[in-house]
Amino acid sequence: MADTITQDKTTPVKLTIKDFQSDQDVRWCPGCGDYSILAQVQRVFPEFPHAKENFVAVSGIGCSSRFPYYMDIYGIHGIHGRATAIASGVKIANPKLDVWVATGDGDGLSIGGNHMIHMLRRNLNIKILLFNNQIYGLTKGQYSPTSLLGQVTKSTPIGVIDYPFVPVSLALGASATFVARTMDRDPKHLQEMVRRAEKHQGSAFVEIYQNCNVFNDGAFFQFTEKETRDNTIVYLEHGKPLVFGKQKEKGIRLNGFTPEAVNITEGKYSVTDLLVHNEHDSTLAFILANMIHNPELPRPMGVFLSQDRPTYEHQVEDQIARMKSKKGEGDLQKLLDGDETWVIQ
Amino acid sequence: MGRTVKTLEDVTIRFAGDSGDGMQLTGTQFTNTAAALGNDLSTLPDYPAEIRAPAGTTYGVSGFQIHFGSTDILTPGDTCDVLVAMNPAALITNVKMLRENGTVIVNEDAFNEKNLKLAGLTTNPLEDGSLSRFQVYKVPISKMTSNAIADMNLSTKFVDKTKNFFALGLMYWMYNRPLDQSIRYIQDKFKKDPQVIEANTRVLHAGYNYGDTVEIFTTRYEVKPAKLSPGKYRNIMGNVATALGLVAAAKKAGLELFLGSYPITPASDILHELSTMKNFGVKTFQAEDEIAAICSAIGASYAGALGATTTSGPGMALKTEAIGLAIMLELPLVIVNVQRGGPSTGLPTKTEQADLLQAVVGRNGEAPLCVIAASTPADCFSTVYEAARLSIKFMTPVICLTDGYVANGAEPWLIPNVNDLPEIPVTFAKDKATFQPYARDEKTLSRPWAIPGTPGLEHRIGGLEKEHITGNINYDPDNHDFMIKLRGEKIERIADDIPLQTVEGDSEGDLLVLGWGSTYGSIKSAIAEVREAGYSVSHAHLRYLNPFPKNLGEILYKFKTVLIPEINNGQLIKLIRSKYLVPAIGFNMVRGLPLRSEEIEQKIYDILGVKNG
Repeated sequence: MADTITQDKTTPVKLTIKDFQSDQDVRWCPGCGDYSILAQVQRVFPEFPHAKENFVAVSGIGCSSRFPYYMDIYGIHGIHGRATAIASGVKIANPKLDVWVATGDGDGLSIGGNHMIHMLRRNLNIKILLFNNQIYGLTKGQYSPTSLLGQVTKSTPIGVIDYPFVPVSLALGASATFVARTMDRDPKHLQEMVRRAEKHQGSAFVEIYQNCNVFNDGAFFQFTEKETRDNTIVYLEHGKPLVFGKQKEKGIRLNGFTPEAVNITEGKYSVTDLLVHNEHDSTLAFILANMIHNPELPRPMGVFLSQDRPTYEHQVEDQIARMKSKKGEGDLQKLLDGDETWVIQ
Repeated sequence: MGRTVKTLEDVTIRFAGDSGDGMQLTGTQFTNTAAALGNDLSTLPDYPAEIRAPAGTTYGVSGFQIHFGSTDILTPGDTCDVLVAMNPAALITNVKMLRENGTVIVNEDAFNEKNLKLAGLTTNPLEDGSLSRFQVYKVPISKMTSNAIADMNLSTKFVDKTKNFFALGLMYWMYNRPLDQSIRYIQDKFKKDPQVIEANTRVLHAGYNYGDTVEIFTTRYEVKPAKLSPGKYRNIMGNVATALGLVAAAKKAGLELFLGSYPITPASDILHELSTMKNFGVKTFQAEDEIAAICSAIGASYAGALGATTTSGPGMALKTEAIGLAIMLELPLVIVNVQRGGPSTGLPTKTEQADLLQAVVGRNGEAPLCVIAASTPADCFSTVYEAARLSIKFMTPVICLTDGYVANGAEPWLIPNVNDLPEIPVTFAKDKATFQPYARDEKTLSRPWAIPGTPGLEHRIGGLEKEHITGNINYDPDNHDFMIKLRGEKIERIADDIPLQTVEGDSEGDLLVLGWGSTYGSIKSAIAEVREAGYSVSHAHLRYLNPFPKNLGEILYKFKTVLIPEINNGQLIKLIRSKYLVPAIGFNMVRGLPLRSEEIEQKIYDILGVKNG
């Protein structure tokens, strides 16, 4: 269903990156991946069909949650884990607003995990940028729900024993209608995922691999750095086969329901044997999300799933409109009077 | 057959049965009919937390008490005049509420060996003389019900479910009330099932006719309409009044109402009520938990709606951090706490006033806000309306305290004219040239409300300490000290905007009884008795608990003694003693029930040094 209430096509002024930079000093650690995320967002926001005053950023607590202060738009820096809940109220109260949530792996998946899954299943047209650095940064280095097994952190001196969440799988499991993964060190791809999230009519969940150079430096370097990334990531593109490798010599094929990496230059397999991505297929999205569990496979980047489903706030407006047309605009005096009254002279 | 008709000023009836017996419905029907006849009234539903506890057990007993009369009815009654008991468990758990020489009407068919055993009885109270202090009427309610609809081929289970209408019909006969209102109710409620309408209507008539035909009842009673102030009335329950107050306030303010709520006893009815009011543009959001409920309301207020959240004690505990955020953001927010027995899960369906200190001081940091409380079911309307008005005017969360008793209790309500409701002006900031997120109104100290969608006013707010005027993050020690005091001063200034405290009775003297919230009726009727006996006792009842009305100190200092009855272990008394340094005396009973007037009366006599009061 096309949900048009968030489209504000009459942007009067052409906006630029400067319009989205606030006057506040950015206080992230030098070298933090958050700088790139902020820059890419500021770069693509001017392209969107909204007047500047209709953007709202909402966050919770954590390094990522300082994001709203640095965007010159409306914003709330909330409390730990509750950004999605606060954002839900903003969006339901005024569906015209373009509401973005900046959150992290701790804020969004630990203390705020409950609000996250419920917002996703309701499909409010809110965009979530989940900065995943697999660590608690602001509290100085404890493990997060995405930290890896065995990871040594401030609070796990002999290693993490909590099995980690796969954020993409969690979002899919919560029936999110849009799920994507990208990286701080791939600006073009990051920009594209932000654009795709904006275009999606419904909850858009974008996991961003983000380097915390102080407490978990290099957590994603195998996926982000030139030396390795050709062999460790595979870009998902709708309608295209999953090809990767420096010479595009490798690909992913499905063996039953199990993805496997194959070489397509050695004669046994060709590109036609490869899995062709369909971002509307939720079963395939789960399979792709599960590739993370096989270290032999490259990490998928891109849009795992994009589906249409009526948005929550649209349905709220629709019910109000239906009740108004059925019962008429509410008459307060009649409401107070109720059904049975009597008069005392 | 000649029968006496006796006129009574007021009567208290208590209906008691299994939680599946429909006692709440029976009580509500009797209430609505009494209201329509112009009686003043007050009700007290008293039901277990279990939806359907095992039938016949004492912990599955559900009760409903109604006190109605031709006089000013202030409480649901300390004791009842008539007890209708549908089984042995209902009888033994409720008979202690019955006054000396009161009337018991029992469903004698339910007094079989099985039910006596379930109620933990070894002998039958109908036979063992334990009810000799009362007038006992044994009525074969089950049998008569089944006879009335024997030809309809209905299941035993169904027949059993209609027997409450027999009891209702009998009470209608006894108090000379018409059946038509309940018949209309049955027709509307079961309009999809003509057979159910037929059965219930027949049973209702059967109960009425039983009273008329059987010669065991020698007297019928009449309770004349009350002399209420002129105007249009309806019967209203506290939770309904709260819902209406929120809608009315939003409408008057020209705002959309957004309710973020999570189901919790005894507050859920407010959510239910508001969810039916979508044609008023009301948006109700049943959130995933209490925290999301309040956070969504904060988000909605930020976006320019009137955000509200409704809950009870345990939910308040969960909302605490978010209330602190709302205090920092300085946004309007109405928080309704329908107090119940605590701590923890406590007594979910019972009433208590033990969340006062939680409301006034229960947050991290210096986090003052406005707290007000409703005193009767109908008063919930104007109290929550006032909460919304203050919340918008002072850009602050306001906690509106009600409790299980006023929330589920009912009374006649003089319906206000919409045009007479206080205005609630709202000004959204618009001017780009002068806008500062934390600039202050000179008089109220409230900050501007600048909503997203307003060009040029883009700004960020959050839970971190802010710089005065700009609202930028600020860690300066002196700024923090200044802001703490400023936020405190803003709440104090609410005292300039609320009415002065009034006193019922003499404005000075030996004893002032100071109450708040739902103890209003119990205190007022206790004082009425004492004054009638010729003693000077005055009553001040607080709606505003933070800040207090400006003249409260002056009032307190004019009395030798201040008595503070509360359904808690002494909370208002702590606030009063610490603020006004008066040696107040507490009266505290925390049974999950309203305070009894008689006990307050006795306490007053004790203080006055009067014997045999």
